[in-house]
Amino acid sequence: MRTISQIQVGLRAREFSAVEIAREALAHAERQNPSTNAFLSLSHERAIAAAEHVDAQLSAGGELGLLGGVPVAVKDVISTKGLKTTCGSRMLENYIPPYDATAIERLEAAGGVIIGKANCDEFAMGSSNENSAYGPVRNPVDLERVPGGSSGGSAAAVAQGSVPVSLGSDTGGSIRQPASFCGVVGVTPTYGRVSRYGLVAFASSLDHIGPFATNVSDAAALLQVIAGRDQMDATSAPVQVPDYLAALQNTDVRGMKVGVPVEYMRQATGDTAARIQESIQALRDLGCEVRDISLPNTEYAIAAYYIICTAEASANLARYDGVRYTARSKQSGTLHEMYANTRGEFFGPEVKRRIMLGTYVLSHGYYDAYYKKAQQVRALITRDFSNAFAEVDAIVAPVSPFPAFKIGEKVDDPVAMYLSDIYTITGSLAGIPCMSVPCGNTSEGLPVGLQILCGHFEESRMFQLANAFEKHRGNSAVQ
Amino acid sequence: MLTDKDVLYVANLANLKLSEDELTRMAHDLVGILGQMDVLSKVDTTGVAPMSQVLFEDADETASLRADVEREPLGSDLAVANAPITSGGYYKVPRVIEKG
Repeated sequence: MRTISQIQVGLRAREFSAVEIAREALAHAERQNPSTNAFLSLSHERAIAAAEHVDAQLSAGGELGLLGGVPVAVKDVISTKGLKTTCGSRMLENYIPPYDATAIERLEAAGGVIIGKANCDEFAMGSSNENSAYGPVRNPVDLERVPGGSSGGSAAAVAQGSVPVSLGSDTGGSIRQPASFCGVVGVTPTYGRVSRYGLVAFASSLDHIGPFATNVSDAAALLQVIAGRDQMDATSAPVQVPDYLAALQNTDVRGMKVGVPVEYMRQATGDTAARIQESIQALRDLGCEVRDISLPNTEYAIAAYYIICTAEASANLARYDGVRYTARSKQSGTLHEMYANTRGEFFGPEVKRRIMLGTYVLSHGYYDAYYKKAQQVRALITRDFSNAFAEVDAIVAPVSPFPAFKIGEKVDDPVAMYLSDIYTITGSLAGIPCMSVPCGNTSEGLPVGLQILCGHFEESRMFQLANAFEKHRGNSAVQ
Repeated sequence: MLTDKDVLYVANLANLKLSEDELTRMAHDLVGILGQMDVLSKVDTTGVAPMSQVLFEDADETASLRADVEREPLGSDLAVANAPITSGGYYKVPRVIEKG
């Protein structure tokens, strides 16, 4: 698959048309789907119409938008007007949103061509994409393994070469972890950097929309397009969006202070730890000042996260009751039976587990011990990061303790599955920008991701470091 | 210790019908997960304000109000278009109040 700039150079030189690129992407996705199941639906008509529009603009002497003619896959939890948005759930099997998410409007306004909706864990709840009601996604790197989750389809769509970029969503690591498992770049922006309007709500104080790409520059271009204040989302920040692509021009990161949290490195083992150590050495070679730092409340993050996200989910998912959203149980005597039977029939096991956990921690007698306590611990974890960023410009860490695991390996053990989110949920709780950038493979050839975390709204700095690292690795590979 | 009765109580609060098998499995899973949550009791949170959303140091960055200006609504036809059963632009649900 071509990069964004290769597509745009080709379009300007009339080597190919946007319609040809769109048809190529659609055909590729169609061919790959029997093996990876990355897409839940393809949007031929909408893609061709958008591509024709780009071609017409070019023919009329117009300028290409930042994503002009670029095929994009969109996680199926992001609303697309007139295109089914199932959230990987039988509950929304036939749901057709009456409006576009703000990120979708902006993406199309910049010339992006949506070719389909990507598979994901049901309502974005999962770390392996095995919780989709429409079957698991298989990792394009190794079809016996999971692509990570919950945005497994979005990561796989890029990794398998169907699209150069895709949109995912991240609540506790759902962009970074699949990016690391599939060997692509994945970005969780600052909370509030991208409007959540039209993102089907899972845990509102933690949900983010963010990009996947094959390289840092393309991820930055997609974020550039979708970022910024939106009056339809009161939590979207009225903070100016810097020119991320301009920031990438500066590849000199000499003197940048980079922190390595000792709590994260203690648990990383094997090839993952080796790749991270090599990456840290690469950053030193680039002239960064690397030092150890401490994020002392890290060990409490999983507990705090799974209390907060399930509490919010139990409230957000109360709306699926058989009244408004397509599915209704046929066993519906009374109104209450209709609610309970519809939810019992159409939600999958992980969604039920989280609704139950969230309802429990919010219930009378447990609220203070669990929910309030978790919110206090969230404040402490956030404070750990602000203390760290008083000393360093960026933090680097593993994304996941291990590479992509086998399909079926952890699916029956929710605790083990939750524990695999250890390194990603801290950044989510603090609302800071974080990303995964490929940093090599294990001896089995499985990708490993380096996580980079920065302070609120410091995506430019994060991209600059990631880009310098990516270029350095590219150069090393050539040597 | 979480009993099946506790799980049933929570399921009822959540409007969630669980089968017998699901109930047993849920009790087992919740006990395992809540066991992990107990680690929080080790943390001293005296005087720490609960964090319910991400707030930024500059108050302007967290401003949440927009101008109070009218916008076109979706309209009732579109708003109910995804409902399983509708009638005349309304949602239809099982009868709540019996005829006298």
